[in-house]
Amino acid sequence: MKQLVPTDEALIARIRRHDNDALEQLVSRYEVRVYNLAYRMLGNREDAEDVLQDTFVNVVRGLDKFRGRSSFSTWLYRVAANAALTKIRKRSRREKSESEFLDDVYSVRETAHSGSLLTDWSSNPATRLLDEEAKNEMNRAIDDLPEIYRAVFVLRDVEGLPAAEVAEVLGLSVAAVKSRLHRARLYLRNRLSGYFTAE
Amino acid sequence: MDCQEIFEELSEYIDENLARQKCRELERHLETCHNCRVVVDTLRRTVALYHSMPDEEVPEDVRLRLHKIIRLKPEE
Repeated sequence: MKQLVPTDEALIARIRRHDNDALEQLVSRYEVRVYNLAYRMLGNREDAEDVLQDTFVNVVRGLDKFRGRSSFSTWLYRVAANAALTKIRKRSRREKSESEFLDDVYSVRETAHSGSLLTDWSSNPATRLLDEEAKNEMNRAIDDLPEIYRAVFVLRDVEGLPAAEVAEVLGLSVAAVKSRLHRARLYLRNRLSGYFTAE
Repeated sequence: MDCQEIFEELSEYIDENLARQKCRELERHLETCHNCRVVVDTLRRTVALYHSMPDEEVPEDVRLRLHKIIRLKPEE
């Protein structure tokens, strides 16, 4: 007979009764998602491992306070994104300022208006677009986004959350999510254009 | 719609969230504007490339350590 997969809520109810099997199941269900969110936001495995651990320790400690107003996964993403943002803020590395970033974002508009023709790399062979070197460049480009743009982009376009859920996770309006997402995408498009059209 | 206006609507366009009328105007512009067409196509490709990035596996030792750390104690 087919076994029913327990919902997050059912597992949480069992965890509240100190059921370690339920906790194992819940963590196994989400650990890859949390690890990948942290890895894309922080750009290295060591920091992603710390965030993975901090997130689940905080979730287990805070489970009594979780009232189910948002779904468990939204709450979990919020704890994980905050842990990753805290880690980014502790770094000594200088982040790109908002104005530098916006200059980069809108540089394509100036080029497009200057009359010179933009190069289309969108039909380049997939082997070239997805090779190891290209993936490294894609990760470096995410890492150069200012933190809030990075969080929005990773949650929406890498993790695939709907804009409304990204807004709930990050405490932003849907309009702010969409505007930041658009700028992040334009910035990354510019970076990849530079990379894929370089001689 | 001119290039400036188009530029701000491109994400909504590729996410298929644009109202029908605006969508039609944008597509009419794309038929004649090479640069806007390139930006749309490469923006769409950028999003698709990031979306198709394979997941990073959680290293086994990290996974085991995590499961050990969070185990609930009976008296908790």
